[in-house]
Amino acid sequence: MRRSSDDRLFRIVTGIFPMLVLLIAVGIAFELSRQSMLSIRKFGLGFWTGRTWDPVSGVFGGLPFIWGTLYSSLLALILSTPIALGIAIFISELSPRMLRQPLTYLTELLAAIPSIVYGLWGIFVLTPIVRKLELFTPDWLKKVPLFSGPPLGVGMGTAAIILSIMVVPFTSSVAREILKNVPSAQREAAYALGATRWEAIKVAIGYGKTGIIGAIMLGLGRALGETMAVTMVIGNAPVISTSLFKPQYTMAAVIANEFTEAADELYLHALIEIGLLLFIITILVNALSRLLIWSTKQRKAPVYVFTAPAEDSVAA
Amino acid sequence: MRRILLALFILLAACAKTEAPPGGTAAASNTITINGAGATFPNPIYSKWFSDYNKAHPNIQINYQSIGSGGGIKQLSAQTVFFGASDMPMTDEQLKSAPGPVLHFPTVLGAVVPAYNVGNVPPLKFPGSLLADIFLGNVKKWNDPAIAKVNPGAALPNLDITVVHRSDGSGTNFIFCDFLSKVSPEFKQKVGASTSVNWPAGVGGKGNEGVAGLVKQTPGAIGYVELIYALQNDIPFGDVQNPDGQFVRASLDSVTAAAAGAAANMPADFRVSITNAPGKTAYPISSFTWMLFYQNPSDKRRAGIMVDFMKWALTDGQKEASPLGYAPLPKGVVGLEMQALGKIQL
Repeated sequence: MRRSSDDRLFRIVTGIFPMLVLLIAVGIAFELSRQSMLSIRKFGLGFWTGRTWDPVSGVFGGLPFIWGTLYSSLLALILSTPIALGIAIFISELSPRMLRQPLTYLTELLAAIPSIVYGLWGIFVLTPIVRKLELFTPDWLKKVPLFSGPPLGVGMGTAAIILSIMVVPFTSSVAREILKNVPSAQREAAYALGATRWEAIKVAIGYGKTGIIGAIMLGLGRALGETMAVTMVIGNAPVISTSLFKPQYTMAAVIANEFTEAADELYLHALIEIGLLLFIITILVNALSRLLIWSTKQRKAPVYVFTAPAEDSVAA
Repeated sequence: MRRILLALFILLAACAKTEAPPGGTAAASNTITINGAGATFPNPIYSKWFSDYNKAHPNIQINYQSIGSGGGIKQLSAQTVFFGASDMPMTDEQLKSAPGPVLHFPTVLGAVVPAYNVGNVPPLKFPGSLLADIFLGNVKKWNDPAIAKVNPGAALPNLDITVVHRSDGSGTNFIFCDFLSKVSPEFKQKVGASTSVNWPAGVGGKGNEGVAGLVKQTPGAIGYVELIYALQNDIPFGDVQNPDGQFVRASLDSVTAAAAGAAANMPADFRVSITNAPGKTAYPISSFTWMLFYQNPSDKRRAGIMVDFMKWALTDGQKEASPLGYAPLPKGVVGLEMQALGKIQL
């Protein structure tokens, strides 16, 4: 009976690790709320809706930061998703075999660049380009709220561009793996029905849809928490605006900017409460993305099931 | 691959063994470690001082973590470090919440300058109230009569002013806002002085490099950076009017002059702001940076060493200040501090 006791031990040992993750998450939530008590007691739910952030007079509200975080991440997602999926599709379906490895390597290299480097590149290279674009914006376009504001170069739009570049490698690598794992029978079946290449790829994408949504959500998680590169180009002004040109602020950025010099108790607690909000919002966004994945799974049209066992399963 | 990992592991283990124990305990070779933390602004000169002091006294190792003034005060209050350092004096509230009386000692001086990007103009002159109006967003154009009046020679363009401020909490923010609050009641009421404030206008850049980067690239921008940073990076900056009515260009001499002006009525605890200090040659946006010690430290041995270090830093150490871009303390202040060092109970 030695074998079954081994199995049990194995289960217990591996079981400890997920428990650890859970414990850490609960611990973070507990510690964040404990250390932001002063601010939670003083402002209550008003902290979620307050628009003023004034450390001198001790008035704190987090709405501009919540807005900035969600808006910049959403914009980054809109910019990065088509590019990331394009890269994934090209590498997995269309690229010549010779180019496949170098291209994979190069996109993944983007993820290895430290975010401070993105930030400095943003200030010195991207910002002047964006400013030129802003200067060329015709007046009639400036009347649209999305493009209103002074031509500063720094602001929401620049931050969204930097974020989208940082997010692309994450989304594209996962999406590429998903497409690679689509059984070739799917594509072959499509070709057998007389599908063009584009149609066959569409079938593959449809098959991996839930995984691809997961890949996009992974990118979103990355965008929500990005700090250094964003704070260097977003302009750091607690303003709520839909404009791409106006400087705004994110939750992670305000913590990074002000934490070291916050000596006053209430101020410190307010900053930690921003961390708590970020934690809660990240969990909510993740839960929503799970829900989205789950609902697409439910709605998925029945796929042809091949009854003939694949070689692998025979070997097993 | 596995072999490389193994080698790395062994290397790490070897490193861990030789690492000195944390928390300022005496290591086997009788080395005494003293830990401090605080302001980032004086970090270059503190590092130089500690390294020089270590060369003269090889068994004494002073470690300094430049985590920011607020962090330094917090760690000193929590007694996780032996000494703290700050760009702004501790408030009465902070002093009360510390476990024992804390003494302030000015070490060197710094200054903040208004840096701008308005094309090819001679150094601009700024009365304090004008600077306040610009940073409040009241003066919006470079050819505004308020600017033109004090700068008759300059060809000021019809250009929007873009205000750039520090987004990260810093002593630089405090010094600049402290000055503007003194010269403008409106600024004091709307913004006030702290390491982070609620700016009514403009964009925030992170750190001196962030502000300088934005100013350099944005035509019509005005920001503020530390004097050292402006000098080292050749950023054009303006002269500021002092309470004697003189427009003074920031330099190490004019900053020391501001401290000398304040030395006349220096409070016994050295917690004094020298922005807008009197004196014909005094640059008005200047400030001390302080080291913080407990008056009655429990560790007498380390206290004795730090008092000895301070005596050296205030005399011979001051010679290191100018080459690194800090203004040295005026003689009068050094004399007062040498007396005050006697208050530390050994």
